[in-house]
Amino acid sequence: MKIKINGKKAETNQSTLFSAAAEFGCKTQNTVTIINGFQTSKDVDIKENDEIVFIEKGKIPDKDEFEAMLSARHTPRVYEAAKNSRVAVAGLGGLGSNIALMLARTGIGTLHLIDFDVVEPSNLNRQQYMISHLGLYKTDALKEQIMQINPYVNVICDCEKVEEKNCTELFKDDEIVCEAFDNPEAKALLVNNLLENRSDVFIVASSGMAGYEKSNSITTKKITDRFYVCGDGTNEAKQGRGLMSPRVTICAAHQANAVLRIILKEFDV
Amino acid sequence: MICINGVKIEKTSIKLSEYLSENNLSASRIAVELNGEILPKSKYDETMLKDGDVVEVVNFVGGG
Repeated sequence: MKIKINGKKAETNQSTLFSAAAEFGCKTQNTVTIINGFQTSKDVDIKENDEIVFIEKGKIPDKDEFEAMLSARHTPRVYEAAKNSRVAVAGLGGLGSNIALMLARTGIGTLHLIDFDVVEPSNLNRQQYMISHLGLYKTDALKEQIMQINPYVNVICDCEKVEEKNCTELFKDDEIVCEAFDNPEAKALLVNNLLENRSDVFIVASSGMAGYEKSNSITTKKITDRFYVCGDGTNEAKQGRGLMSPRVTICAAHQANAVLRIILKEFDV
Repeated sequence: MICINGVKIEKTSIKLSEYLSENNLSASRIAVELNGEILPKSKYDETMLKDGDVVEVVNFVGGG
């Protein structure tokens, strides 16, 4: 029967995981074993089309095996769909930096990152940057981190401010766009511009995630077939109610999961 | 009856612009869905909501 071992197609007559490991010269001691996205330490039965990855701890794999190992915990169908998709993240602050890293870890094939600003100290309370990134453009700082997490993601950076005049051109190759701006006018501009001018675009926007109000007040709402909004809808950032990492990250995770569900053609919320 | 953001309003017509100003909603910070479609911003002023319409006004607040 046909199986895949460490990303490579293989033919075997073995009926269990460990016997297949032995046949293909893979160790099972001091090894992380993953079958169809699920980690196991048991010698389970295997069947046609199983995807198996043996990761020897502490060993640097060769380049061919590396991508298979990075994606081993993904459910096979999910990984293929993610790999073949492209997502734009507009705004790389508390929402966008988190969304982009989550999507990179999920194995999205192409990430289009848009932001005009540089990393400064007040960003570090909630945004995925470090001291070493201070002064760098957010696009560059985030790309550097994505390359450390998953070097097989194709990252396209546009260090630009999104305005009415460049909106159509900037997003012309994107069919899934995350609105992750801070400014409410910028949010409305992007959402209205894309939805008025493009019938083929999905937009996952955000509104309301400041403070330390209840986690469960943050939801994903489906407004039209192609427009989703995450957040609590009301809690704006203002004096006395700052933006804090936990709720901003919850909202970012709502957006990232909404994107993943769109990619997998699960359109309900 | 007109349904706006899940709230049923016992009227047969309302001017969208009046609803927005009564609820302190700024046109530059919202997106409006009318019966499943996005309403272009250029139509906000002329749009009359009528009996049976289902409307969602998404209000964007600052923060991200």
